[in-house]
Amino acid sequence: MNKKTVYLDNNATTMVAPEVVEAMLPFYTERYGNPSSMHDFGGRVEKDIEWARHEVAQLLGAEHDYEIVFTSCGTEGDNFAISGVLSYFPNKRHIITTRVEHPAVLNLCKQYEREGYRVTYIPVDRQGNLDLDMLFDSVSEDTAIVSVMHANNETGVIHPVEKIGAFLRERGVLFHIDGVQAAGKIPINVANIPCDLYTISGHKFHAPKGVGALYIRRGTRIRPILYGGHQERGRRPGTENVAGIVGMGKAAELARKFLPEEERVKKLRDKLENEILARFPNVSLNGAKEQRVPNTTNVGFEYIEGEAILLYLNEMGIAASSGSACSSGSLEPSHVLRAMGVPFTSAHGSIRFSLSRYNTEEEIDYTLKVLPEVVDRLLEISPYWDNERKCGREIKV
Amino acid sequence: MWDYTDKVKILYTKPKNVGVIEDANAVGEVGSIVCGDALTLYLKIEDGIIKDAKFQTFGCGSAIASSSALTEMIIGKTVEEAEKITNRDIVEYLGGLPEQKMHCSVMGREALDKALANWRGEEIEEEAHEGEIVCQCFGVTDALIRKVIRENNLKSVEDITNYTKAGGACGSCIHKLEDILQEELKLQQSCADNPETGEKKKPLTNIRRMQLVNETIVDVIRPILQKDGGDIELLDVDGKKVYVALRGTCSQCVASMVTLKNLVEAKLREFVEDDIEVIEK
Ligand SMILES: Cc1ncc(COP(=O)(O)O)c(C=O)c1O
Repeated sequence: MNKKTVYLDNNATTMVAPEVVEAMLPFYTERYGNPSSMHDFGGRVEKDIEWARHEVAQLLGAEHDYEIVFTSCGTEGDNFAISGVLSYFPNKRHIITTRVEHPAVLNLCKQYEREGYRVTYIPVDRQGNLDLDMLFDSVSEDTAIVSVMHANNETGVIHPVEKIGAFLRERGVLFHIDGVQAAGKIPINVANIPCDLYTISGHKFHAPKGVGALYIRRGTRIRPILYGGHQERGRRPGTENVAGIVGMGKAAELARKFLPEEERVKKLRDKLENEILARFPNVSLNGAKEQRVPNTTNVGFEYIEGEAILLYLNEMGIAASSGSACSSGSLEPSHVLRAMGVPFTSAHGSIRFSLSRYNTEEEIDYTLKVLPEVVDRLLEISPYWDNERKCGREIKV
Repeated sequence: MWDYTDKVKILYTKPKNVGVIEDANAVGEVGSIVCGDALTLYLKIEDGIIKDAKFQTFGCGSAIASSSALTEMIIGKTVEEAEKITNRDIVEYLGGLPEQKMHCSVMGREALDKALANWRGEEIEEEAHEGEIVCQCFGVTDALIRKVIRENNLKSVEDITNYTKAGGACGSCIHKLEDILQEELKLQQSCADNPETGEKKKPLTNIRRMQLVNETIVDVIRPILQKDGGDIELLDVDGKKVYVALRGTCSQCVASMVTLKNLVEAKLREFVEDDIEVIEK
């Protein structure tokens, strides 16, 4: 591809910020020491890790830096939080989560189900909002942990974690939040969110892939899932991914600095979304319009298929993603859209655009120029569109 | 990202023969918008020759490319020649398709079948005519599954899902797919064997039978069950009666236990002797 890519898939992963790359480079060259070593050459690196830990603690509003444990990714954070709590409380055999979680939580819970745990999956409404009454009613003496995502990766819908946390704290039930899609997009302050555990992943906010963090509130009862050396106070042993951790520290610093930029991102997202909704008769929004992270929009096109839209956009240098069955490699559309009760007809044609502070207005204008061509070409191929328009024939479903 | 061939990419970006033939005398419609892919094929047949072919499709890149390929392949061919085209030929024309996308080529072949039947004036009664529906989620019949197994020499249930989508959603027909596959494989086997000698295998000794039963349970059956969280225990072997205890994952449904037993029996008959009887304790 000769043209520059218009990258609108930032919920999948983000560009590593140039400042982050720069901060990391010395740790791949001259500063390769092991932070656990007894010599200065390694020992000095420890200081950089602690600096990064402080930056991440600041991003989340943690009271103490040591409440941050570095991990290898968001998936590890989710697994650590849930498995770590379950193994601390072997007699509690009930987990509560939601139907719209990331597979990092869902598939783990399914595994616990196979091992005999009871798992309650809280449903969502058509807008992607959780059934809070059901969540509250499901809590019992046997409940070991509740795990809810802060923002959904497919729709951007934000869940009311403050409210859930307040209820759970009163009941003395541990609360884990998968905040992978919230970090860097909305302000997070664990001082105001009554949660015990909070997972983030570096590559979703301009740090590199392969580094994440789990916030563990002071005093939370949890066991490690890896056993080994004393790194991360024995809670997450293994020689540190120093460059990655420093990169994540830098990205956290930048995320705080650029949080006001998210207003601009939101304007761009709204422009894209509003024009799409106004321009096409066969499109609808998936997910609540308010209570959403500022960078994400998920729209469902009827009568045309998502992977085909992506491939056509790709030809035009635009990167997005889809909840259609074909694009995921499974044969069913996204579990999130199905949980929301989005009709299959538009779930198969769903497209997610997710922006970042690196996107420009020109890029959004270009996308808005290209998209109608793409949609029209596909409608022309589609057997359903013609039927609807020309013959008024019922759609065969 | 799918690893599409250049040919596939060219055909999905610039598909040929898109549209409707207003005076088509053969139309074939397959799939549905709910399933995620659908194809309508229009043919103009004169003097037994396919003069024109057009299509409309709702589906991913490979569905568009397969449809385009099919129309290009059949235009100018006689009906007899077109009938011989298999989904394999479509895949070859495309220079290959990712395994999970094979069902797109099968959809093309199916649409052609339906169009030609329509031309001959055969009313295709959707379900009755074409065998019985095995996969409820995607409406796939046993007739189609068997055909695809034979034409593509499929060897596993996963292959069947890739080629027909059957079993790809709720998964409740997986056991049925397994049964169909075993039957087909057995058929192939017996065709391959020398049919003339008709020589029966020597009967197994008791000890050999017990060994084989045990090996089959440990190496073949248990891994299948454990994949779904179930398990099996061999209690006794008495002549050709095999006593087992089964544990399924879905304790509510009696039906699943019945199919579990059938699965065990089918496997033992396949690997040990074809008149083994399984009794559940
Ligand atoms: C909500 C959510 N949780 C967890 C993850 C997993 O993060 P990672 O890719 O770092 O393992 C993702 C990434 O897609 C996510 O969106």
